[in-house]
Amino acid sequence: MKTNIILAGVGGQGILTIAAVLDTAALASNLNIKQSEVHGMSQRGGAVQSHVRISDKEIHSDLIPQGKADMIISVEPMELLRYLPFLKKDGLLVTDINPFVNITNYPELEALYNEIKTHPNSLLIDAKTIAKSLGNSKATNIVLLGAAAAQLPLSDESLQEAIKTLFERKGEKIVRKNLEAYNKGKEIALEIVS
Amino acid sequence: MKKLLLGNEALAQAAIDAGISGVYAYPGTPSTEITEYIQKSKTAKTLNIHSQWSVNEKTAMEAALGMSYAGKRVLTVMKHVGLNVAADVFMNMAVSGINGGLVVVVADDPSMHSSQNEQDSRNYGRFAMIPILEPSNQQETYNITRYAFHLSEQMGLPVMVRMVTRLSHSRAGIETSKGELQNNIHLPKNPHQFQLIPMHARNRYQHLVDIQSDTRESSENSYFNTFIDGPNTSMGIIASGIAYNYLMENFDDGDCPFPILKISQYPLPKKQVKKLFDTCKKILVLEDGSPFIEELVADYFSENKKVIGRLTGHLNRVGELNPDNISEALGFEVKHFTEMPKIVTGRPPELCVGCAHRDLFEAVNQLSKENSNQQVFGDIGCYALGVLPPYESINTLIDMGASITMAKGASDAGIHPSVAIIGDSTFTHSGMTGLLEAVIENSPITVIISDNSAIAMTGAQDSSASGRLIDICKGLGVDENHLKLINPLHKNLDKNIDLIRNEINHKGVSVVIAQRPCVQLPKEKKDKLKNLKKVSLN
Repeated sequence: MKTNIILAGVGGQGILTIAAVLDTAALASNLNIKQSEVHGMSQRGGAVQSHVRISDKEIHSDLIPQGKADMIISVEPMELLRYLPFLKKDGLLVTDINPFVNITNYPELEALYNEIKTHPNSLLIDAKTIAKSLGNSKATNIVLLGAAAAQLPLSDESLQEAIKTLFERKGEKIVRKNLEAYNKGKEIALEIVS
Repeated sequence: MKKLLLGNEALAQAAIDAGISGVYAYPGTPSTEITEYIQKSKTAKTLNIHSQWSVNEKTAMEAALGMSYAGKRVLTVMKHVGLNVAADVFMNMAVSGINGGLVVVVADDPSMHSSQNEQDSRNYGRFAMIPILEPSNQQETYNITRYAFHLSEQMGLPVMVRMVTRLSHSRAGIETSKGELQNNIHLPKNPHQFQLIPMHARNRYQHLVDIQSDTRESSENSYFNTFIDGPNTSMGIIASGIAYNYLMENFDDGDCPFPILKISQYPLPKKQVKKLFDTCKKILVLEDGSPFIEELVADYFSENKKVIGRLTGHLNRVGELNPDNISEALGFEVKHFTEMPKIVTGRPPELCVGCAHRDLFEAVNQLSKENSNQQVFGDIGCYALGVLPPYESINTLIDMGASITMAKGASDAGIHPSVAIIGDSTFTHSGMTGLLEAVIENSPITVIISDNSAIAMTGAQDSSASGRLIDICKGLGVDENHLKLINPLHKNLDKNIDLIRNEINHKGVSVVIAQRPCVQLPKEKKDKLKNLKKVSLN
């Protein structure tokens, strides 16, 4: 079993929090993990990505080869499309529908959605609104993680435990909000799929 | 349970476990997290391990050598271009040798994710004639760093650990092992070892040359250099450092049919290279960075077509390696199923919303508009983004400190206005000496120190300049009438433009300190800055 996941977004949008949940859950499940991330100048409002690889066998490369990603989870619709060459045939796409516009030539939103919808296995989710309605707009990333959860090689329990572990420091309320965000993401994905 | 660590963090944990008494470093991507990990480590605090940032890489490495002189183990850390700054002590401490184990970590940045060049530090290691270690993954980074301190003390030499961005910034589960105690203070046995006057230096240099056979033998027998047999001898593969991982990624369960020589310790183990040459028809060299091994093992005129790699076009000559370009070098087809749609546009990094550099660039651009002769010499930091739209304020960007000295040289050539923009930490790193030079000749340049009181680009670490800039400038002899402080806020724009214009018109050195803390600074740090010594200007 080997699962390759690309996390995409803009510097500061919290993709490393998604990565940390995946890492923690994988490690607790006695699986091997490699997770690359971007530090330095690109973090300042630029396109960033993280490659997460989870396996019960030894993982060699820190980077996912082209055409081998099982899924791309993006907190921004255009950033999702940037990494399509990495997606395997019929791989899963999960993205927030809300754009992060900090460039003057940002494409037409409808064109982006249409492009995403041409992929058979895509989940377009208004994660930001969901997170806001739960009273924690910062949990957008966790909503998206929840939406992808059913297709991850990690048990629901291990993911919930990882969320508890990671947010523990910030207090019980933040833990609860993030668990709600995760579960809401799961629900929405189920609704879309069925 | 295993610890989930970045390659950089695994290295830092290994250094703590190896019994270092200090780490000396200046921040620089991709090396920064090594020192930060030690700064945050409770164990390191309990053990009283020195971890405060140095002013630059040269001071860092010299302090490390001082700690080694005292008999203690020590780590010094920098990015590849930082080693240029420390090159003087680096080359000479190979001649003097060390006392307590001294490990130099250099994090290279192939593909220049956050750098001006992709120089390969292995060339420096070979230049200095010291052992180089190049881990291939995070666990090996831990193990090899532990080993590095023993090797350093065994050889009496500094040892280089060469990291690359992808290893530095990727996490994996790490198993650590039992820690060692710190060394007690013990001075060098030979009182002349560190006295590099010519008569002693000649002896030391001869010694360095003489022990090259020892460093080579250590490589030949190293646990980290492995010859892996394979049935298909139509090709043999030399894979160094992280390239080994990308290679193995191309074979299910790591089942590669070709013989492989995995290199993680230098000098190159000649016997093993010879064995590969003798048994294989062709040799593919895989290495991240420059064709360092390839140049050593290929013949000068490339008439022997046996060696292939970056020099022969089988791999990209520049840019980092990845599983895909190695796959192509192996003759496999790289398949992808979907192209990136054309509507996707680039998203380069940008200055933060509310960043003080933005307001400074607005002022500078207005002055460039007023006088098209104006040239603006930039420096290394977030403000390097002033090269890009929307500001496009900066004409040059070369190395730490070059803004002031290039502005001076251009001014000597007759360019006016000649303006330097330099950050506070870059100024204390390498700008002060240049400013002194300009003061001595009273060169008509305007130096703007964009003081955000942080080493912002690498994560807002403490700046050596905080609270000291005015005193430093006065001390260097800057005329107090032309040493000005401004607050770069939009509401002050017109006032700031007027002030800078006046200083540009002054026929001598002016320094304008544009002071407003980095927006990325946490509140505690901003509060701390407020309590720093306030120095008033006349």
